Amino acid sequence: MYVAVKGGEAAIANAHRLLAEARRGDPAVPDLAADQIAEQLGLLVDRVMTEGSLHDRGLAALALKQARGDLVEAVFLVRAYRTTLARFGASEPVDTGAMAVRRRISATYKDLPGGQVLGPTFDYTHRLIDFGLAAGSDPAPAAEAEAEPQADAGVTARVTDLLGRDGLIEPSPRDAGAPVGDLTREPIDFPADRAVRLQALARGDEGFVLALAYSTQRGYGRTHPFVGEIRFGEVAVEFVPEELGFPVPLGTLALTECQMVNQFHGSAEAPPQFTRGYGLAFGQSERKAMAMALVDRALRAEELGEPVTAPAQDQEFVLAHCDALQATGFVEHLKLPHYVDFQAELELVRRLRAEHAAGRRDAAEGRPDDAPDAGQDAADGRQDAAAGRQEAAA
Amino acid sequence: MTAPRQADPGYNFAYLDEGTKRMIRRAILKAVAIPGYQVPFASREMPMPYGWGTGGVQVTAAILGRADVLKVIDQGSDDTTNAVSIRAFFARTAGVAVTTRTADATVIQTRHRIPEAPLHAGQVLVYQVPIPEPLRFLEPRETETRQLHALAEYGLMHVKLYEDIARHGHIATTYAYPVEVAGRYVMDPSPTPKFDNPKMDDCPALQLFGAGREKRIYAVPPHTRVRSLDFEDHPFRVQRFARPCALCGAGDVYLDEVLLDDAGGRMFVCSDTDHCEGRRQAAGDAR
Repeated sequence: MYVAVKGGEAAIANAHRLLAEARRGDPAVPDLAADQIAEQLGLLVDRVMTEGSLHDRGLAALALKQARGDLVEAVFLVRAYRTTLARFGASEPVDTGAMAVRRRISATYKDLPGGQVLGPTFDYTHRLIDFGLAAGSDPAPAAEAEAEPQADAGVTARVTDLLGRDGLIEPSPRDAGAPVGDLTREPIDFPADRAVRLQALARGDEGFVLALAYSTQRGYGRTHPFVGEIRFGEVAVEFVPEELGFPVPLGTLALTECQMVNQFHGSAEAPPQFTRGYGLAFGQSERKAMAMALVDRALRAEELGEPVTAPAQDQEFVLAHCDALQATGFVEHLKLPHYVDFQAELELVRRLRAEHAAGRRDAAEGRPDDAPDAGQDAADGRQDAAAGRQEAAA
Repeated sequence: MTAPRQADPGYNFAYLDEGTKRMIRRAILKAVAIPGYQVPFASREMPMPYGWGTGGVQVTAAILGRADVLKVIDQGSDDTTNAVSIRAFFARTAGVAVTTRTADATVIQTRHRIPEAPLHAGQVLVYQVPIPEPLRFLEPRETETRQLHALAEYGLMHVKLYEDIARHGHIATTYAYPVEVAGRYVMDPSPTPKFDNPKMDDCPALQLFGAGREKRIYAVPPHTRVRSLDFEDHPFRVQRFARPCALCGAGDVYLDEVLLDDAGGRMFVCSDTDHCEGRRQAAGDAR
């Protein structure tokens, strides 16, 4: 008898056909359109775009459909597509201060210029299943604000800018005009600078970054954070084509920005002042932006002269493990055949067991006290040896 | 052998764009110039998962020419699922000829094995590497391990091997057994069984190693000294099987154990399926 190892090619093709059928589900249920996903599972689409490092709602929605709703798989599809795209250049930095704000809250000030804008949020909802949705009822139309008379309506100053005027918070690092690293085009070189760290966190797995952020709150690298501000809305993207030499608008994108304000006791060089942690994500991704801001601040420990003791402060640990695709690929590769290595280990364990049994037998002969136990192992050893002979005969 | 065919016109030849291939080739050239040294490279996100051979695939994509004949093996076999998948990927995106015969191939991408048939000059063996750093499980930090390599400070590794001997009476590393390349860098041969280590020494073929997730490429140029680490009183030894291949009778090859039933029945057969088939064919012809 010989176990079939041939036929892999046909089996794979058949598995893929079965997958396509399983993805579609019951054909009596209408097919899901990508625009339905983009419109009605918008936050999921935001997350796929964020972790996929590609702003394209339609593509992210299609990837989710193809991936049967598996988030990491959808991110994978988007990233693999992104690899093949040509790079025309880098946009101008987006100005979140000029964001058309749909939501903006601060936990550090009761009221502030621009006000607290709750916007579309799950906060304060009771998490009770809405059985009305099952019947497909349409929501009541949203309330509308009165038109604002001011000329600068829509431009909302950032809380950190307000604090910055008094020197209470460290200023944003100046844009030195130096080229920004791109971790999808260059391997990370440790220690990585903050821009590269933020890139890694932005596309990092939300669950992992969230757990790390949580760990800092529970004492593994405390950062004493306050939410200075979370804002979500549209920003304009501009690009300077070489042949024109001035910025032209490309369009807008929705972003969530989180500025954490963290206590800092000062050092020999710097007076006591608040420091910052920064988070930015596509679409409305508050959990991600907040977690990212906490971890960003934790990763600044070394720069700020704080002891590096916790996982969230250790950039090799965080950056090497935050990417969902790298993690899932390597974890799931254990599904691939490992016959060869396992065979090598089998041979070793058999040899070690035989040696162990022989050792115990010798000991047993010398010291009868150990006899019952050793006898058992020696019996195992004999069984192994017998199995070996059987194999030799096969 | 399957003849060359029209490549998928939707993608550049062998999937990667020419700029990316040039970047990878530069890393390969550096790797060849410094045998055993891990060269960082800007690994791309490939349409197969990390850990499934993205490093090997990128190296293969960068070196593949239209006249090349590609063989892909996993666990020594051309027919395991991932080998099939990678071979199909290049047949589709590069349209190159593919083969299962070791002697006919110009580029062989492999996971976990080195073919039994001796390689010849002009062939390239591309290894898929999960963890390129031989010191990783002794020192998790990249900043530290790079320094250890720079100083050729390999005491940690020798201590590990010594501790094996102290505990078990012999070295308990059976695969991914560390080697010293050209008398300088200690290198991870990828998770091949140590049985295959001697084949790397003075090999006439070029050996390239790609680790996609870890973003490293390294190389062993043809006819380079590759020495498995050991001690004078505990010389390096490869696995020996008590029985020959049940199909072709080869006694000097690496074997897979195949379970036949649930009553302890099993057989041992060649892990290198092409080698096994070749031997059986030759035996049939002789008869």
